[in-house]
Amino acid sequence: MKSSVIVFPGSNCDRDVAVALEKFKIKNEMVWHNEASLPKSDLVVLPGGFSYGDYLRAGAIAGKSRIINDVIKHAKNGGLVLGICNGFQILIETGLLPGILLRNKNLKFLSKNVFVKVINTNNKFCSNYKNKKVIELPIAHNEGNYFADYKTLKNLEDKDLVVFKYCDMDGNINDVSNPNGSLNNIAGILNPEKNILGMMPHPERLIDPILSGKDGSIMFQSLKK
Amino acid sequence: MKISAIVTLKENVLDPQGKVVNQTLKNMGYSNITEVRQGKYFEIQLNENNKEKAKKIIDEICKKLLSNTIIEDYTINIKQ
Repeated sequence: MKSSVIVFPGSNCDRDVAVALEKFKIKNEMVWHNEASLPKSDLVVLPGGFSYGDYLRAGAIAGKSRIINDVIKHAKNGGLVLGICNGFQILIETGLLPGILLRNKNLKFLSKNVFVKVINTNNKFCSNYKNKKVIELPIAHNEGNYFADYKTLKNLEDKDLVVFKYCDMDGNINDVSNPNGSLNNIAGILNPEKNILGMMPHPERLIDPILSGKDGSIMFQSLKK
Repeated sequence: MKISAIVTLKENVLDPQGKVVNQTLKNMGYSNITEVRQGKYFEIQLNENNKEKAKKIIDEICKKLLSNTIIEDYTINIKQ
């Protein structure tokens, strides 16, 4: 399996995700945002960070960068795309995923570990979460408050496209366990074809049991399959 | 031709910066100010003499890049 991590000016989780991919034997290449075309890849990762300094809106400029045309082409052809944090914001700005990520409800930058429930394991990113559905992952964002109109939201829920929801340690999904005000506690969504995943939590930061934990590893193991 | 575009958050979207500016103005003694909404102002020069064509281009870039129409509105002003 081959992956490409797109590096934008201001990306800061690009190397973390590269370490995670390589740890699970996915052959990775770093791709600069100004490249015209993608190397042959099964998976494209849009990493976290502050691409272009969050100018205009988080993800807006990256969503129109040179490499993005090829990323969209890759996605439309069924290739896997994973957007983490700022990568999720970029996917939203390109229109590959619906809705929008607003400022966190409490207007503060959040950087902490949260519990997340894996709602849908029937996709390439999450198949290995079948036996562990409540996981702990870090979040670090200012605009993670997922919002969409009623019709979009209903469609996401009805078609099982919501993959992750914020919850408490027992898996209860409620207002108390919602860190940023996201509608329905949404932390990650898929496109209808289930080859594009956007998520606010950072799986790449939990891949080492000594340093942090391994709940993130399960995603990379699922991808490797 | 010079054209300006103003992008603001839609009325029912929370504007934290506007709120803080409003509160600060109140603290400064401007008690009759009731609301402040902060937006973004773009001044764009373009090589196009036809007003209608120019407006169409700016409308397009407002939709595609300068604003996110889920949460923002925009207005366009032709200056000369």
